[in-house]
Amino acid sequence: MPANTNNIERSNSLVETIVESHRHRPGALLPVLHEIQASFGFIPKDAVTPIADGLNLSRAEVHGVISFYHDFRYVPGPSVRVCMGEACQSMGSAALLESAKALFGDGVEPVYCVGNCACAPNVEIAHAYHGRMSPAKLTSLLAREVAA
Amino acid sequence: MTISVYVPRDSGALAVGAEAVANAILAQAAERGIRVELIRNGSRGLYWLEPLVEVQTPQGRVAYGPVDRDAVPGLFAADFLRGGAHPLCQGLTEEIPYLKAQQRLTFRRVGLTDPLSLDDYRAHEGYRGLARALEMTPAEIVAAVTESGLRGRGGAAFPTGIKWNTVLEAPGDIKYIVCNADEGDSGTFSDRMVMEGDPYLLIEGMTLAGLAVGAEQGYLYLRSEYPHAEAILDEAIARAEAAGYLGDDLRGSGKRFHLEVRRAAGAYVCGEETALLESLEGKRGQVRAKPPLPAIQGLFQRPTVVNNVISLASVPAILDKGPAFYRDYGMGRSRGTLPIQLTGNIRRGGLVELGFGVSLKELLYDYGGGTASGRPIKAVQVGGPLGAYLPADQFDIPLDYEAFIAAQGTVGHGGIVVFDDTADMAHMARHAMAFCAVESCGKCTPCRIGSTRGVELLDRIIAERDKGADVAQVALLRELCDTLLNGSLCALGGMTPFPVLSALDHFPADFGLVAETAHA
Ligand SMILES: Cc1cc2nc3c(=O)[nH]c(=O)nc-3n(C[C@H](O)[C@H](O)[C@H](O)COP(=O)(O)O)c2cc1C
Ligand code: SF4
Repeated sequence: MPANTNNIERSNSLVETIVESHRHRPGALLPVLHEIQASFGFIPKDAVTPIADGLNLSRAEVHGVISFYHDFRYVPGPSVRVCMGEACQSMGSAALLESAKALFGDGVEPVYCVGNCACAPNVEIAHAYHGRMSPAKLTSLLAREVAA
Repeated sequence: MTISVYVPRDSGALAVGAEAVANAILAQAAERGIRVELIRNGSRGLYWLEPLVEVQTPQGRVAYGPVDRDAVPGLFAADFLRGGAHPLCQGLTEEIPYLKAQQRLTFRRVGLTDPLSLDDYRAHEGYRGLARALEMTPAEIVAAVTESGLRGRGGAAFPTGIKWNTVLEAPGDIKYIVCNADEGDSGTFSDRMVMEGDPYLLIEGMTLAGLAVGAEQGYLYLRSEYPHAEAILDEAIARAEAAGYLGDDLRGSGKRFHLEVRRAAGAYVCGEETALLESLEGKRGQVRAKPPLPAIQGLFQRPTVVNNVISLASVPAILDKGPAFYRDYGMGRSRGTLPIQLTGNIRRGGLVELGFGVSLKELLYDYGGGTASGRPIKAVQVGGPLGAYLPADQFDIPLDYEAFIAAQGTVGHGGIVVFDDTADMAHMARHAMAFCAVESCGKCTPCRIGSTRGVELLDRIIAERDKGADVAQVALLRELCDTLLNGSLCALGGMTPFPVLSALDHFPADFGLVAETAHA
């Protein structure tokens, strides 16, 4: 389908532009991956070859880095993360994780500390943190999220 | 007359609604035709009162908190812009006992100033350390840091001056300063508060490190969970460059220092300094064997200072006020102050900066006010996920590196997580093993595979505990901990036994053990 080919071409050239804009920097791979992930919401599998070519790395090296870090993924990440650091667990985040999973299923993952441990427990919804959460507050926040 | 109102832009305050409060204040002021100047400060660290709104009055700043959006019309009705009485009024901020009793050296500007205002920074003693340092030789700067007794605040407590001296004396004309802002420990946020609330302090500290060892490039390795800190740091770096505090000619001295923020990618182990360097080089964050020390062969094989945010942020005051001023705080070989973070199930959670030596008891009860739930404290974990769980009969321990080592614990980055008597310590021990399994860099077999074995053992112990402990499984768990302690390249594998064994030793009943057989 021509529309699809167009999309692929466009995304390939976006990947190349991103690689080009960072390639002069020492240790450019992480900044490149972050920008690609921010642009696409994930790392397209097809991006591995142009990244490797652009940065003079092997495809195995690029894949190795993508798979090592929790942030980088080939599919879109979760929309909800529940903090399961010890501080949030002391305030009942295990129950929050359960209620979030009941509502959002696979779109929910744990995160190990968002750095707001004096206002535990914390959740992250669509990249925004919410502290002093309770299952009831979480349910109403998530309902708003679904409606939006 | 315009009235100054402060509403924090700290991400902890934002997570409990500070943005909505700021907007509501602006809307109400507009509706009433009142001119207010809204300043987005850092957090004072009184987190149980966040969002904490402050109003400048002739008597000083008056605090209101915790304020939510719906309380704002009532605050206007109570004339809070003149410090009017209201149930949320906390009086003069500086007189709040929690804050007043602290010894804020590193945090003295956090929450007070506009984080991005260079004028504010300079008006509150900022860049005085740099002015001193530009008249000193590198060896003199290093000597001042050594004399201050400052030890690294990232966890290992290594003397900062000695590290800097190694880099200063290492041959080579290219050297680096790396700031470890990975702050991965649960129960810690002091790095974040500095970066969001007083970014020039960290920039000044890194610049001083550069001058001390002859490095012209700095990298700030920042965890990806801190997007607000990243935005503030990027803006502060741009402004510092424009004002000649960074760049090719620091304040007309002809000396250079460049600084760049690099975003991490969500791996706890990348807080370990050699894994961090691998990550900065664009690789998998695998721990390097030492030697060579990063101080000799660090980033891109060059001599490199790797220091925690708080370590670096402590240096400007040391240079400005002299090493003796700093060294006079503290106890034993733990000199200066520690920004302590009170977190978890605690009534008054927040940031408490004090000289070393304060006891856990004072922190937990006098400052913290006991648990948030109102139940008794069962245990605290000090020093992050690799720190020991301590029971109530050990709360007399002073915050001191050596005292904690003697209690088989660690002060770490100064985080204290509180648990009430509903906590299940066997479950927390399992969590420690599971965390190690998820975050292992994969280099050592005990850490990579043993941690998963540990999870399985604990699952079995937990499943059987109601029928009495499975003593054989507990013995296997202890053996496994021994292997981890002795067979790990870094502290992730090497210290995971701390939370596990301390839970087992201090809370045997949670494992189905009666106290007498805990050491089976
Ligand atoms: C698994 C692991 C995680 C660590 N995480 C951090 C961290 O997030 N921040 C930090 O400053 N140090 C961390 N450290 C300690 C660093 O390896 C290193 O000691 C520190 O950055 C040195 O700086 P300092 O001397 O100023 O403390 C970690 C160590 C280990 C073993
Ligand atoms: S102990 Fe674990 S995290 Fe540390 S080097 Fe070994 S495998 Fe890596």
